[in-house]
Amino acid sequence: MSTLTIDKAGPTRKVKYGSMSRDRAWALRWSYFFLVLFAIFFLTPPLYMLITSLKSSAEISAATNPWWVFHPTLSNYIELLSSNQFLRFFWNSAIVSTVVVIITMLISVPAAFALARMKFWGSATLATGVFLTYLVPDSLLFIPLFKMLALVQDYTGITLLNRWYVLLFVYPTLTVPFCTWIMIGYFASIPKELDEAAIIDGASWLQTLLRIFIPVALPGLIAATIFAFTVSWAQFLYPLVFTTSVDQLVLPVGITTTLIKGDVFNWGQIMTGALLGAAPPLIIYAFLMDYYIAGLTAGATKG
Amino acid sequence: MADVSLRKVIKRYDDVEAVRGIDLDIADHEFIVLVGPSGCGKSTTLRMIAGLEDISDGDIMIGGDVVNDVPPKDRDIAMVFQNYALYPHMTVAENMSFGLRLKHYPKAEIKARVTEAARLLDITDLIDRKPKQLSGGQRQRVAMGRAIVRNPKVFLFDEPLSNLDAKLRVQMRIEIKKVHQKVRTTTVYVTHDQVEAMTLADRVVVMNKGRIEQIGTPNELYHKPATRFVAGFIGSPAMNFIPCRLEDAGGTLQIRLTDRIAFALPPARAARYNVLPRTDKLLLGIRPEHLTEAHAHLEPGVETFDTVLDVTEPMGMETLVYFTLDGTPVCGRVNPNAGARDGAPMRLAMDLNNMHLLNEESGVVL
Repeated sequence: MSTLTIDKAGPTRKVKYGSMSRDRAWALRWSYFFLVLFAIFFLTPPLYMLITSLKSSAEISAATNPWWVFHPTLSNYIELLSSNQFLRFFWNSAIVSTVVVIITMLISVPAAFALARMKFWGSATLATGVFLTYLVPDSLLFIPLFKMLALVQDYTGITLLNRWYVLLFVYPTLTVPFCTWIMIGYFASIPKELDEAAIIDGASWLQTLLRIFIPVALPGLIAATIFAFTVSWAQFLYPLVFTTSVDQLVLPVGITTTLIKGDVFNWGQIMTGALLGAAPPLIIYAFLMDYYIAGLTAGATKG
Repeated sequence: MADVSLRKVIKRYDDVEAVRGIDLDIADHEFIVLVGPSGCGKSTTLRMIAGLEDISDGDIMIGGDVVNDVPPKDRDIAMVFQNYALYPHMTVAENMSFGLRLKHYPKAEIKARVTEAARLLDITDLIDRKPKQLSGGQRQRVAMGRAIVRNPKVFLFDEPLSNLDAKLRVQMRIEIKKVHQKVRTTTVYVTHDQVEAMTLADRVVVMNKGRIEQIGTPNELYHKPATRFVAGFIGSPAMNFIPCRLEDAGGTLQIRLTDRIAFALPPARAARYNVLPRTDKLLLGIRPEHLTEAHAHLEPGVETFDTVLDVTEPMGMETLVYFTLDGTPVCGRVNPNAGARDGAPMRLAMDLNNMHLLNEESGVVL
């Protein structure tokens, strides 16, 4: 491959007509090439985390090959899993994420249904408005949000700040707009005749939503659920701002604030905590993907 | 079961009037077909009867009660949609029983009704399948079954056969007629297909531009169309309209088609048309089946003329012949053995006993 000559007169290779399979073979080769490239790119960090989590602090700081474990140990895992503090973070994250998913679904599904189907004055503008709120970054929102919650706390006397449950009010500002937007799209794709048939069959709006729309738009509902859970589970800025006491922290903030002391990084435990923290979303994805059956609407109308 | 009445029903979308004052009385047990070109307001009318569209003005009555503001579920109607609108996550039985389950019917009764409807429609074997496992015709049967189990006062069909292929459409047409003969529920059926309208209906309502052009039995519409639109819409191939005028010639009334061709009118027709001013611009309406090959022995009222054929279309049981009279394209139907060929001269016979005379300007059949 020292020189590459290009025949300017025209292609030297004979054009083969009707060679669909040949085109396909090349497309596949390129697909594999890039997919493998991306897989390596994205899987290297978790692999490095796994390797590091199996090392003792001494081995991490030793000048050996960082990509190999010479003395594997589960001490990081044992220490974290027997630490009440870590389990507390885990528990806080779990309860916050679960409740936020429930709140999000309870708000965004009926909202999306109303915006997609019950044509009322301003519904189209509202639908766009919902999406626009999602475009405001949380790094801009957290100061006014903090101020608002502080005001509520002052007036009502209910302690909200520095309590894990404040996140139940804060996270939905991120999840509800996006989930509503996703669900509007899914609901809008359901043929109009389906709700008309339900209306004529005697279903109320609520019955149409519960017995027709939700089952038919289940893939969308699952996508929205996954999104809401991931956002709540991985959210970092809001819990960092709104909670400070160690027993009120959620996992991402808990790991970084308790395992980094001054300039001392407990790398082994940080990696272990991050890996353990990544497990629940992974399990939920794996479980829900089985139910993520696209094309559930097939057969409703002429297809 | 009930009668349905529409009184001066109007539907406006902003400034556009989609339905412009419709009066229609549908008797109990009757099968009414609304037919017309797309955009004529037939579907809107049906949806107003269903309650899926509000009416802008007028009254709709079902079983004697005004239902203008009654929601669809309380009108006791059932509707079959063009694209079936089956619930994709439910089995056939669940689809059919959905309405009954919402109304909390006893389980045994639901089962009995579903079984009966499935038997009637010949879909007993499919009862546990999901819609996506069914063919188009089967889906349409299930959609009909969903309407039948509710035992409603009125069936509404919105172009139910448009999504099926030609052969299945004919089959399902007969199926729908059979079902109606058994259940005898008042039915309003919308279609743009005049053959469907003619074959299914007790009475056909021909609609055009938001108005009713004519209401009548299929035979009435065919033999006594009221307007040029109805005359041209019903029947295939469509009726020919040939510009003509009336002339008095030696005490008999005759109709002149071209400089060469003029026919004396049969006595009954002459008496009817004699009052008309001779200066009116008129159209002769004649169906292709009344333009045939000339026989040696001619019935009274049948007149012959010579022409040169442009195109012939052999259909098997008949041959369609196309020619022009003074620039007006005309279609006739001749016997396949009559020797009609492209570009060949032919002697044709026009049966004036079945002619129609129309005012060219107003389009009214005289």
